[in-house]
Amino acid sequence: MFEIGLGHYLTLGAVIFTIGVVGIFLNRKNIIVILMSIELILLSVNINLVSFSIFLNDLTGQIFTLIVLTVAAAEAAIGLAIIVVYFRNSGTIRVEEIDSLKG
Amino acid sequence: MVLASKNTVHSVFFLILDFISISCLFIMIGAEFLGMMMLIVYVGAVAVLFLFVVMMLNVAQQKNEWFTSIANSSHLPFGLLFSVIIFFELIIVVGGWKYKDNISTSVALKTISETTNTHSIGNVLYTDYVHLFQLCGMILLVSMIGAIVLTFRKRDGLKRQSYFKQISREKNDGVELVEVKNKDGVKIDV
Repeated sequence: MFEIGLGHYLTLGAVIFTIGVVGIFLNRKNIIVILMSIELILLSVNINLVSFSIFLNDLTGQIFTLIVLTVAAAEAAIGLAIIVVYFRNSGTIRVEEIDSLKG
Repeated sequence: MVLASKNTVHSVFFLILDFISISCLFIMIGAEFLGMMMLIVYVGAVAVLFLFVVMMLNVAQQKNEWFTSIANSSHLPFGLLFSVIIFFELIIVVGGWKYKDNISTSVALKTISETTNTHSIGNVLYTDYVHLFQLCGMILLVSMIGAIVLTFRKRDGLKRQSYFKQISREKNDGVELVEVKNKDGVKIDV
């Protein structure tokens, strides 16, 4: 059997990061999916931090993962609140219809 | 699957699946506290928040025309190219990465020792990183207040207690002495 090492975790982090970036770029639906992509990206960052923290035997990475977790939760709450307000004002959250900043 | 599913609710469910898998990985690798924290925070709070907003905004019916609109999407090749470039950069970084020879670990190496993961995280978190911890608390407080302020709205026609008017009421304009004539009644105008 082969051993699951640091490289596998880092590859998983890279894959999830890429999925998140693809989701941000290729989204034609609504903003909520973009927020979920941002969550995916933060998750991949967490994977990297935790795997380095375990394999380097250093707890600082896990502390930082806690911070990232907190920031992700706060960001999700604020983003969803903004989305709710926007939907109440404009009636849509489709990405291609949100172009009021174009002037 | 989070990105490609037709229904937004299904996307949220796949996101939950993703979080659960990652937390299982964390528990397997030895970071039990973070795995459990992940499960509680993400699956318990964030995913439920997402689900709530998705259902409240009633966008679940807006079907995703992923496969139809992806054909005429103008930024599809650019996005794919960008993502592939990022992915290969990351893979190259992962593949070509090596430890430094005389790598020195910091003071906080207690993971292999007899204390548990949660115990050692607590030892470090409340001593060395207590300012970071309090910063976390401040961030959460600010985000909570921000979310409440953002989604708060005043409705018309709602009887609500007005504290300011209530407190600033005084004896002079609150109580009035009225001379009542016989068989005449009192006319009160509020």
